[in-house]
Amino acid sequence: MSSETAVSVRCTVNGEVVQRIVEARMLLSDFLRHELGLTGTHVGCEHGVCGACTVIVDGSSIRACLMFAAQVDDAEIETIESLAKDGALSPLQQAFHDQHGLQCGFCTPGILMSMTACLREPAPDREKLLETLGGHICRCTGYVGIKRAVDQVLDGADSVDRSTVEGAS
Amino acid sequence: MKPAQFDYVRPQSAAEAVRALAESDDCKVLAGGQSLVPLMNFRLAQPPLLVDINRLTELAGITEVDGALRIGAMTRTRRLETSALVTERIPVLAAAAHWVGHVQIRNRGTVGGSIAHGDPSAELPAMCVLLDAEMILVSSGGTRAVSAGDFFEGFLTTVVEPDELLTEVHIPIPAAGAVWGFSEYAQRAGDFALAGVGCVVDRHAGTAGLVAFGPSERPMRCPSAEEILRVDGLSLDRVSDVADAATADVVAATEAVDAEAVHRVATVRAMARKAVEQAVRMTGEQR
Ligand SMILES: Cc1cc2nc3c(=O)[nH]c(=O)nc-3n(C[C@H](O)[C@H](O)[C@H](O)COP(=O)(O)OP(=O)(O)OC[C@H]3O[C@@H](n4cnc5c(N)ncnc54)[C@H](O)[C@@H]3O)c2cc1C
Ligand code: FES
Ligand code: FES
Repeated sequence: MSSETAVSVRCTVNGEVVQRIVEARMLLSDFLRHELGLTGTHVGCEHGVCGACTVIVDGSSIRACLMFAAQVDDAEIETIESLAKDGALSPLQQAFHDQHGLQCGFCTPGILMSMTACLREPAPDREKLLETLGGHICRCTGYVGIKRAVDQVLDGADSVDRSTVEGAS
Repeated sequence: MKPAQFDYVRPQSAAEAVRALAESDDCKVLAGGQSLVPLMNFRLAQPPLLVDINRLTELAGITEVDGALRIGAMTRTRRLETSALVTERIPVLAAAAHWVGHVQIRNRGTVGGSIAHGDPSAELPAMCVLLDAEMILVSSGGTRAVSAGDFFEGFLTTVVEPDELLTEVHIPIPAAGAVWGFSEYAQRAGDFALAGVGCVVDRHAGTAGLVAFGPSERPMRCPSAEEILRVDGLSLDRVSDVADAATADVVAATEAVDAEAVHRVATVRAMARKAVEQAVRMTGEQR
């Protein structure tokens, strides 16, 4: 077994097989952004705290800034670019849109990927989704719109009448 | 920031990993990467070689053998937290695992990584000390078992030698009727604890354990708090005394000289109250 500075990676990203030779030190977040051009995965802190870089690897939400690209050889990765199908937002994305779940949008891709993974688990509920949200920092919304989006996606309503929401115009 | 350059190997078996560790005199094991990669991104750690043990499925899993749970080093923290076996046999361990970082961190971080890292504010090392766990370390020179009391040496320092692989943790299962409590306080959800306390009391056998973590450079058992629990048993009337004793134990073992240290010690008292109250409620005593 020999060690290498450059490593061959073959993985599935949003359903497509990709293959690259990468430096061992390349972070998964940089691999997605710079090698694959998937810039929807955001990079905030690069030490696991902010959650902006969160993607789904083999079904689990993880920090892309704390994994090396070399480690996703054979893995299946889902990024924010996979959520909308043929231009139609996922119910979770739609809920964020309807409920003002984002302002600048920097934190949003990470939150959506964490919550997408959470919603696939058996019996997702408000508590679990809010716990998942605890792994993300949003500097804009005060989380109020995000929590309303959680309620909307759990209630299954396509959209909630925002005129009933205090402060909405 | 970005990590410095390094070489990378991905062994397919524990034996291969141990060989890789023996061959290099300057390498690091990469488990979940949730502590090591931040350090590398900050360039506080610049290991020339990483031995990635994520392919060692033989090291992931939880089994019950001879009255103990054997937990493979590569078991993800999330698995520990959600395992039905752990929840049934050692519920305090599952409860503590829930407090490790955020779910996204627990999805990736491992039991072995947390224990080998030895952060004084970490939950799993504290549980090892509370539950008298035994760590199994393998190197090309052989295998040794180290008890939790000897394993954690100080701030981010354990007995694990650079050429050793932590493969398993053995945690004795408390008696079925034992009651327990766990409580911690962190400044923000998911942060490392300022301080925390865990306890297990077996009233039939007359044994009690209480661990405090956060203020001292490694998790510590609190003998005088344990003595009260053991001799007087558990009761709501004695909760304050137990919390005071735990605080005194921590003060005796640490030098709480600055404001933060004093704050941590004060937090131990509050957390001890909560943890012991939780254990008392499990006995059915109400007020
Ligand atoms: C935002 C954030 C919040 C966090 N909050 C908490 C928290 O509240 N509580 C907490 O306890 N932790 C917390 N952590 C740390 C997390 O629990 C880590 O997963 C854990 O400390 C290390 O486990 P790992 O598998 O990721 O190990 P790694 O980061 O891969 O390794 C850590 C160290 O252990 C060594 N090592 C790992 N496995 C082995 C092995 N099998 N044999 C020998 N050496 C080994 C490595 O070489 C390295 O030195 C947090 C992390 C982040 C990013
Ligand atoms: S960039 Fe990965 S958690 Fe902040
Ligand atoms: S919308 Fe701006 S950080 Fe969350």
